[in-house]
Amino acid sequence: MNRYPLWKNLLVVVVFLLGGLYALPNIFDQDPSMEVSAQRDAVIDQTTLNRVDGVLQQSGITAKGMSLEEGKLLVRFTSTEDQLKALDPIAAALGQNYTQALALSPDIPDWLVGLGAEPMYLGLDLRGGVHVLIDVDMEAALTQALERYSGDIRTLLRGEKVRYVRIGREGEAVIVKFNNAAKRDQAREIIYEEFRSLILEEVDEGEDFLVKATLSPTETQSVKKFALQQNITTLRNRVNALGVSEPLIQQQGDRRIVVQLPGVQDPAKVKNILKATATLEYRLADTEHSVEDAVNGRIPPGSRLYHERNGQPVLLKKQVIVTGDQIVDASSGFDQRSGQPAVFVSLDGIGAKRMRRMTNENVGRPMAVVFIENRTITHKVNGETVKKKIKVEEVISIANILEPFGARFQTTGLDSSEEAHDLALLLRAGALAAPIEIVEERTIGPSLGQDSIDQGFRSVMIGLALVMVFMAVYYRVFGLVANMALAMNLVLVVALLSLLQATLTLPGIAGIVLTVGMAVDANVLIFERIREEIRNGSTPQASIQAGYEKAFSTIIDANITTLIAAVVLFSFGTGPIKGFAITLALGILTSMFTAIIGTRAVINLIYGRKRVKELAV
Amino acid sequence: MQLFKKETHIDFMGGRRLAMILSLVLIVIALGSIVARGLNLGIDFTGGTLVEVGFPNAVELPLVRERLSSEGFGDAVVQHFGTSRDVLIRLAPRADIESAELSDRAFSAMLNLDSSADLRRVEFVGPQVGDELTEDGGLAMLYALIGILIYVGLRFEYRFAVGAVIALIHDVIITIGLFSIFQVEFDLPVLAAVLAVIGYSLNDTIVVYDRIRENFRKIRKGDSQTIINTSLNQTLSRTLVTSMTTLLVLLSLFFFGGEIIHGFALALIIGVVIGTYSSVYVAGSAILMMGISKADLMPVKKDDEAVDETP
Repeated sequence: MNRYPLWKNLLVVVVFLLGGLYALPNIFDQDPSMEVSAQRDAVIDQTTLNRVDGVLQQSGITAKGMSLEEGKLLVRFTSTEDQLKALDPIAAALGQNYTQALALSPDIPDWLVGLGAEPMYLGLDLRGGVHVLIDVDMEAALTQALERYSGDIRTLLRGEKVRYVRIGREGEAVIVKFNNAAKRDQAREIIYEEFRSLILEEVDEGEDFLVKATLSPTETQSVKKFALQQNITTLRNRVNALGVSEPLIQQQGDRRIVVQLPGVQDPAKVKNILKATATLEYRLADTEHSVEDAVNGRIPPGSRLYHERNGQPVLLKKQVIVTGDQIVDASSGFDQRSGQPAVFVSLDGIGAKRMRRMTNENVGRPMAVVFIENRTITHKVNGETVKKKIKVEEVISIANILEPFGARFQTTGLDSSEEAHDLALLLRAGALAAPIEIVEERTIGPSLGQDSIDQGFRSVMIGLALVMVFMAVYYRVFGLVANMALAMNLVLVVALLSLLQATLTLPGIAGIVLTVGMAVDANVLIFERIREEIRNGSTPQASIQAGYEKAFSTIIDANITTLIAAVVLFSFGTGPIKGFAITLALGILTSMFTAIIGTRAVINLIYGRKRVKELAV
Repeated sequence: MQLFKKETHIDFMGGRRLAMILSLVLIVIALGSIVARGLNLGIDFTGGTLVEVGFPNAVELPLVRERLSSEGFGDAVVQHFGTSRDVLIRLAPRADIESAELSDRAFSAMLNLDSSADLRRVEFVGPQVGDELTEDGGLAMLYALIGILIYVGLRFEYRFAVGAVIALIHDVIITIGLFSIFQVEFDLPVLAAVLAVIGYSLNDTIVVYDRIRENFRKIRKGDSQTIINTSLNQTLSRTLVTSMTTLLVLLSLFFFGGEIIHGFALALIIGVVIGTYSSVYVAGSAILMMGISKADLMPVKKDDEAVDETP
């Protein structure tokens, strides 16, 4: 007799119910929605909700619902059109201190939310969005560190009154030159005491006595780590200011950063903001010398030649009043007098003090605002990758200092309010510690994402139907049981993906389709065995018993080898491929449960309790 | 319903020389094509920029080309993708524009052509990333093969492991070879599919080997060839049924899964067909030629020792 103990039957039922429960959120629609969150000291409360409600009524858009959740205001819409239409009026009404992010929010009942059930997390290739891989220029980070050390050593030696001939970075070292060995040795001691992270080497070159300082391996590591961490922080600030729901910013390897922005529809803007190294510098104009002479090559020492955006040459002092590092806050708006787009800047203590002193001394003289941006161009020349760095420095405004000013002031001269907005964002989010370059981009438009979901869903359903028809015809009652297991397997895979919040990608859907085909394999193995046993003259009950038993080790062996392939795929793959590996692996695991234990429970229920003359297999 | 009304008695191993010649010919052609013509590698591996643009109505390619070349993209490769409303543009790197910006320029050119153009997809892969992927892809395949070699070696016997890996290499070479012969684009999803083929084909091979091992231990009379033949016949209907169900879903994926997944589905379809053939002919012949015999798998209880004692 083939009977399962009660606990095994219960196990199958419980697993099936749990699977169904956690797969359930996926059948609810996802509403196009908008998340409004507060920046800095602004708050989100009932007042905000009422304001947004008012704006929506004015613009004739009906919201499906609005709710306050964890310091965020969630507005649901009935269509994507409404969602997009509502963006501008809401942004205008709430102003600078709030950000709006477009999102998809599942509309699932509260009791399901309470159980922690969520729909599957869709990958960027399905929901649309921008994925970029960013390479951090570690060589530049190291060079910067050496430059910093070279400055620090200079200050140190001056402070200690040790005379040196020259200090400077040469390649991967800081070289300090002395004219006698005694001074060199004295300096070496001082440097050694102060900078333990440097490796010091004494070199004699004829008349010159040098100290050659290089970064120790641990220091090199920490410089790199710092550059990466700092850049991640800056990128996160920038992304947060952009207003994206569920952004992902993650380290990949030891010099790369992945940024994934679901739902973002304007990749050009995102890339510009991410990689921008834009900053501002404030300099006094040189009015004592002639610009024409400078253009003809006679640039006075202490000054530099710049150009305005319209190409007009200007001569500025080399000395910088304030750099972008000293800017602590920035916002965009319009100049009250001229109506031009403007950036309002706040300086830190040191910056404010310098600004106050310089403007005090130079009332009536012109001061210039220089906009600085670095760009990297990579291309292949004869198979070799060549990087070219371009530094753009433009004077965006030059105006007379009307009265002294300090910590807060404004800068005009930008082309558009959008540029003012972007520049304010960059100044606020801070500068990048090392230059970056985008080395990979994958953008999926929302229409393609939806198409992929639809096509993926359709191919799963058609594939499933075909297999089910085949199994029912080929194995009759046993085939129908296998079909139940197959359906349950699909539910379990979906439930596990939802529970683990693993990313579902297009190849992931393909993995599910493939699992559907391969999941029945275990049942095919079992059923063929049962048929063989019957042919060999065993009784129906003994055949069922032997069929399941003999097929078991084969199923395990066959599935473990496929799992090995899935694990390898997972460990080497990126985004979409990982998604494929996950669904394949999950599908193999769940199918072993449903195809072996699940079908056996049902077969036992049908045949186990009675005398059977013939099996419908 | 049954594929075969009675037990089958096909002499698979008798035809192994013929099968071997067929396999060798296929492999030589595949390798020849891979060496001579190479693969039509996608930008995942070569690096480059690709933009897919959707238009509200069917669009003429010459118009697209003209617009692109007037904006300085004279060397862009343009083709329809799936429907005549979708256009795929491939861009070569340019010295004066940052690579990450190429796609933005090309798309704005398309917006000038039709303001309701829809940006469906951008893929940009920098040259260094492409090189890394190629290397990683090769390594992944190697790791998968080594992992399998070890597992099968432990669970069965070294000759089975070698046989399984020979069958896998056979399948992979022929699958990739067909992509080379027909110059179908080989991108990252296709590579994933090839790795899945490794998993699938192995699944088939293991089922066959499992039966061979069982029969070596169970059947008292008959030489290795007869026992392998019996095993292949016993597992034949399972091999075919599973291949059939898998092919059914793959065909569904190929025809209904959308343009992006085409290459992936194709690679798996080829892989499943070749894998089914190889699990019957290549895997069986391989262990037979390596001289597997009953003694290698007896006695059951001292299985591990038996492995150690084989020279």
